[in-house]
Amino acid sequence: MSSKLTGVQVFDARSGKLSAAVDLELALRPRLHGVEQINGHACYLLPGLVDLAVRLREPGNSHKGSIRSETNAALRAGVCHVLLPPDTSPGIDSTAVLELVLERARVAGAARVYPMAALTRAGAPDESLSEMAALLHAGAIAVGDVGRPIQNPQLMRRALQYAATLDATVHLQPTERALADEGCAHDGRVAARLGLPGIPELAETLALARILMLVEDSGVRAHVGRISSARSVQMIAAAKQRGLPITCDVSIAHLLFCELDLIGFDANMHVLPPLRAQHDRDALLDGVRSGVIDVIVSDHQPHDRDAKLAPFPEAEPGISCIDVFLSLGLKLVQEGHLSLARWMDAVSTAPAQVLGIAVPERVLVAVHAERVPKTSWLSKGANSPFLHWSLPGEVREVLVP
Amino acid sequence: MSRLQFAPDGQLRHLLSIDGFKPAQIHALLDRAEGLRSSTGGARKLPLLRGKTVVSLFFENSTRTRTTFELAASRLSADVVTLDVASSSTKKGESLLDTLAALEAMNCDLFVVRHAASGAAEFFARHAAAGVSVLNAGDGRHAHPTQALLDMFTIRQHKGADFGQLRVAIVGDLLHSRVARSDIQALSVLGVGELRLVGPRALLPDAFADFGASLYGDLDLALKDCDVVIMLRLQRERMRGAFLPSEGEYYRRYGLSESRLKLAKPDCIVMHPGPMNRGVEIASSVADGPNSVIQEQVSNGLAVRMAVMATVLGARTVQP
Repeated sequence: MSSKLTGVQVFDARSGKLSAAVDLELALRPRLHGVEQINGHACYLLPGLVDLAVRLREPGNSHKGSIRSETNAALRAGVCHVLLPPDTSPGIDSTAVLELVLERARVAGAARVYPMAALTRAGAPDESLSEMAALLHAGAIAVGDVGRPIQNPQLMRRALQYAATLDATVHLQPTERALADEGCAHDGRVAARLGLPGIPELAETLALARILMLVEDSGVRAHVGRISSARSVQMIAAAKQRGLPITCDVSIAHLLFCELDLIGFDANMHVLPPLRAQHDRDALLDGVRSGVIDVIVSDHQPHDRDAKLAPFPEAEPGISCIDVFLSLGLKLVQEGHLSLARWMDAVSTAPAQVLGIAVPERVLVAVHAERVPKTSWLSKGANSPFLHWSLPGEVREVLVP
Repeated sequence: MSRLQFAPDGQLRHLLSIDGFKPAQIHALLDRAEGLRSSTGGARKLPLLRGKTVVSLFFENSTRTRTTFELAASRLSADVVTLDVASSSTKKGESLLDTLAALEAMNCDLFVVRHAASGAAEFFARHAAAGVSVLNAGDGRHAHPTQALLDMFTIRQHKGADFGQLRVAIVGDLLHSRVARSDIQALSVLGVGELRLVGPRALLPDAFADFGASLYGDLDLALKDCDVVIMLRLQRERMRGAFLPSEGEYYRRYGLSESRLKLAKPDCIVMHPGPMNRGVEIASSVADGPNSVIQEQVSNGLAVRMAVMATVLGARTVQP
């Protein structure tokens, strides 16, 4: 099967540039509509997206989302590969859960799911390592503590040493729980004014400092997920300078919002790590532009309606945004915050490298001059702050092998 | 800051926080409270809210505050319903919104809400049916606007309406205090001359300098030449979590004793939102002494809450 495109502008990942409008035929299958002849006028042909943080909510919370609903939403939005953190319920710390996830993802047949295995076994927190070798053999693409960050440095050290022995990439979440405590907002001006329990920047930087030292000690290849502060960007830059085998990412929400967006107590702005000061947001954008931050993730966390129907501190954290992830990036590009080349690298080439996968898929995006609110949402998540936003770009077709 | 608080015509629809108030609006509420206080001197009822239903919805226990709200409503002839939510349905897992919907079905006009989460009053206001008002009786650490209004009422009574001449200190656990946040906002709206915030660093974050106040770690320095001192209640659980070493040490550094009070102006008034921990944040001799206006605060609270309820429910004061 093949697809014939006419008048399309092709993005070249090597040069980072769009071509003039061309006609071309690709040995790829139009996955969304199945029409092989496509008028690509006013469309970009982009590489498929790779997202390193997508919660599917299955197993454990299928009222918030399912492997079927969320991978369909992802694929419809041009996200062809998703990394699933191990904090499902039960967590991905046994081959049984891992195989269940892989099988359901295969049956759903939408975006490809790469499960991350937990570094440690649930039920025995801070005590025992998971059977990483067996989990990697059964199809886990990486190991990590995302969603349930390890607090005990001895356990963390041994987990990283073991992962290094297996030549696995470790994904780590920099959160010092004792400092984050019961907080729900950046410990800054806005939290002081609104009386919201704060999470200091130290809750991230102290944990990050420990991670960096332990990575250096073990020599493991590591990816730091979801940094939120200017200071963290500096620390990652310095670590890279030292030659540490480390990459990191930031969520799209932290590039779009800051603590000021909490004024009015919009529960959709309750995210972890919290939205920090305006200068942090600026530093994160700088970090993406300079490449200190390698990857941008959606950090898609779908919730049911009730999860956010509570006063701000009591609402569950997270934003649902996979449906508009690509459009949000194009908005950053249109507004001059990022080049198209850097955006596409941060959501396709760079995360594919972190996972060690190839991306044969292509996404055809219509780029209209006028922006319109999106009307069809496939994610089950009811917690999107973008529901009424007018955004650029509409995915027309996804071409798959 | 809340866009819900005022209707487009400037009418107060809900009272959620002091944020967004103009000086004239605060003074108008205080004037109204003054009028109500003199007209209910003999504790007779006014018919202003006859036929209206006021529901007190206290998710956190507070007999004192609840009682003054309920008394204020009944002095205005409203029907008062008390929902003891702290110990009823929410414990059984009923969501806040279900509680709210059930109450709306009963045709209520005003909810007086207290809740442990910051932003709870705003949440109720956002989801309340049209025509139903929400009065914040304290939400988490965020706001306690009627306390701030009664504090301003008390200060105005003693020091006059020109707040620009006043030096005010707020002392104690500012981090966890909704009273402090609302007092700070009210004082800055009214153009206070100088505002000093006093406490140990763990309970007085740097971000409070944002309010245009100066921050003090030393109470003796901060008290110098003050016209008003507002002492905050120290929650006993602050010793856990290592905010403070002990009540004794706190009193030695931040307790208001008679000798310390001498550092302030001789006619300095001493305030406290209650309930007091005598011997922890304030000496009994000061609490009951000549500079204390703590009892007046309690009685002023009734008049101020009547004024707020009448205003929010759009009742016009009938001229005698």
